Amino acid sequence: MDQQSQRYVLDFERPIAELERKIQELKNLAKREGIDLSEEIQRMENRLQKLEAETFLNLTPWQRVQLARHPLRPKTLSLVNMIFDEWMQLHGDRLYSDDQAIVGGFGRINAYRFVFIGHQKGESIKENLKRNFGMAHPEGYRKANRLMSLAERFGLPIISFIDTPGAYPGIEAEQRGQAEAIAANLEKMSHLKVPIIVVIIGEGGSGGALGIGVGDKVLMLENAIYSVISPEGCAAILWKDQTKVEEAAAALKLTAQDLLKLGIIDKIVPEPRGGAHRDIEKTANNIKEAILEEIKILSEISPEELVAKRKEKYRKMGKFRSNKDE
Amino acid sequence: MGWFERTYNRIKKGKKKIDVPDGLWTKCVNCSEIIYNKTLDDNLRVCPKCGYHFYIGARRRIEITLDKDSFVEYNSKIYSHNPLDFPGYEEKLKKGEQTTGLDEAVVIGEGKLGGKSVAIGVTDFGFMGGSMGSVVGERLTIIIERAIEKKLPLIIISGSGGGARMQEGVLSLMQMVKTSSAIAELKSKGGLYISVLTNPTMGGAMASFASRGDIIIAEPGALLGFAGPRVIMQTIKQQMPKNFQKAESLLEHGMVDLVVERPNIRPTLIKILNFLL
Ligand SMILES: [Zn+2]
Repeated sequence: MDQQSQRYVLDFERPIAELERKIQELKNLAKREGIDLSEEIQRMENRLQKLEAETFLNLTPWQRVQLARHPLRPKTLSLVNMIFDEWMQLHGDRLYSDDQAIVGGFGRINAYRFVFIGHQKGESIKENLKRNFGMAHPEGYRKANRLMSLAERFGLPIISFIDTPGAYPGIEAEQRGQAEAIAANLEKMSHLKVPIIVVIIGEGGSGGALGIGVGDKVLMLENAIYSVISPEGCAAILWKDQTKVEEAAAALKLTAQDLLKLGIIDKIVPEPRGGAHRDIEKTANNIKEAILEEIKILSEISPEELVAKRKEKYRKMGKFRSNKDE
Repeated sequence: MGWFERTYNRIKKGKKKIDVPDGLWTKCVNCSEIIYNKTLDDNLRVCPKCGYHFYIGARRRIEITLDKDSFVEYNSKIYSHNPLDFPGYEEKLKKGEQTTGLDEAVVIGEGKLGGKSVAIGVTDFGFMGGSMGSVVGERLTIIIERAIEKKLPLIIISGSGGGARMQEGVLSLMQMVKTSSAIAELKSKGGLYISVLTNPTMGGAMASFASRGDIIIAEPGALLGFAGPRVIMQTIKQQMPKNFQKAESLLEHGMVDLVVERPNIRPTLIKILNFLL
C-alpha cells in the first residue's frame, strides 16, 4: 500500500494495514541489521494474503458502500482517459450553464465511436467544491440530454458513467426544475434510437443516478452501489438512528450482487482485490473489455429493435403477486 | 420519504386532539379555524376561511372530478408483497389499507369528464405517502397503455410525497423508467396527458410521470419538487425563500401551467379537453 492509500484506510481494512506495516518494519530491520528474516516475513505475508482474502471476498453491503465512496476511487474522467483511445469534452446545456457535476463528450475505442456522459466527482476537496461532489443541477441533466440528441442524430452509441450521491438538493436546483430535468431524460433514454451502455462505477444515488442511467445494458463495478436512498437516510427513517447504516445498507439490497439477482443490472464488472482504487488501470481495462463485449452485440441490432427491446426490458421491471391473500 | 410521513402523522394527531366529539370537527392546520367536518366535506375539504386544501383520498377525488357515476375501476389484480424482505414493509402496507380503504396507493380506471371518455390514475397520499413501488408503477403503466390503446386522454392526479418507495429499493426507481417510457410512447402517438399535482408530490413521482404532463395543473399551496424541504435545509443550512416548492412558486418559475382551486379543477379539465379534442 502506498502512502496516499494509507491515509484512507477504512475501518475494516485496519488489520490488513497493520499487518502490512509490520511486514515493512521487518523488511527494514532485516536490511538495516543485515540479518535473514525471510522465513518470518514469508510467514507474515502468507497470513496477509489469507486475511485479505477473508476480508475482501466476504465484503458486507456497508463495507461495499465505503469502497464505493472511497476518496481514491477512480472518477469518470480518469476512467474516460484510460478507456478511450482518444476523447474530447463538450460543455453546456445551452439553456443556463455548464454543470461541472456532469461531464460529457466524444470518445473512441478502436473503431467504435461513442458519446459519453457521466457524473463527475472531484479528485480533491478543491475540485469537489467545483464539481459539487458529483451532485448535478438540472443543467447537468439537460447537458446530458443535449448530448444524447447529438448521439442519436449521428447514430453514435452512448456510454453513461454513474457516480453520484444524488441530484443536488438545493433551492436553485428546485426552482430550475430538478425533477423535470430528470424525468425528461427518462422519457428520452427509454426511446433513444442508439445503444446505451450504463456503467455504475461508484455511487448510484437514487433519481440523480437514474437521470442518466437508463440503458440497453447496465453494467456495475463489483463494489459499486445503487440505491433508492442512502443508508444514512434509510436508517434515520427506519430506526430513527443514523448510525444503523450497516442494517440499512443490507436491507436496501444495494450491492451489485443483489441487483444482479433482482434483474436490475445485467453484468458485474470485476474490481482488483481491495477495490477499484488499488489498481485504476486494471479497473479501467475491465470496464473497457466489458463495453467492447456489449457494443459488439448491440451494434448489430437495428434501431427499431433496440428501442423495442429496451422498452420491453423496463416494462417488465417490478415484483408483485396476483393473489391478494397469498 | 420520512419527512412527509411524519408531517402527515403529526397533522392527524393534532386533529385528533381537538376532535370533540371524535370526528365531528377539524382544526385547520393553516389558520386554526375549527371547522365542522360536514362543512369541510361539502366544501371539498378546502378550509372555508383560508382556502387551505386538505388531504383528500383517491376515491373521493375521482368522485369530485369525473361525471357522476361514470367511473369504472380497472382491477389489475396485482398486489404488493415484500420483494426485498424489507423490515416492517408488510405492516406499512396493512396500515395503508386501514387508513385509506384501498389495496394500494393508486386507483386506475376509465370514466367520463364533461361527457368525454378519459383514462385516469389517482395516487393517494394516505397510503404510504402515495409512494411508488412495483404495483403503483405497474398500475399507472397499465392505465397509460389503455389510454394509448383506446386513444383516450390521460389524466393522472398525483398525491405522492413519498416518491419512490424505499421498501422496494431500486425496483421502485425502475418504476420511474417504466412510467416515463409509457408516457413518452403516449406522446409519440399523439395522445394527451394532463398531470394534476396535489399536496405533496415529490421525489420519484415528480421526477418521472408527474412533472411531464402536456398540461400541468397544481392545487394551491401544494408542496411540489424533487428533494424534501428537510433534506434541502440540512444540505444548505439556510432559510428557504417564501413559498419555496409551493405550487404558486412553481407557476412563477414556469414549471406548471395553472394553479387551480379544487372546486375549479373539474371545469378546468373539461375546458382543456373541449379545446384540444
Ligand atoms: Zn384555514
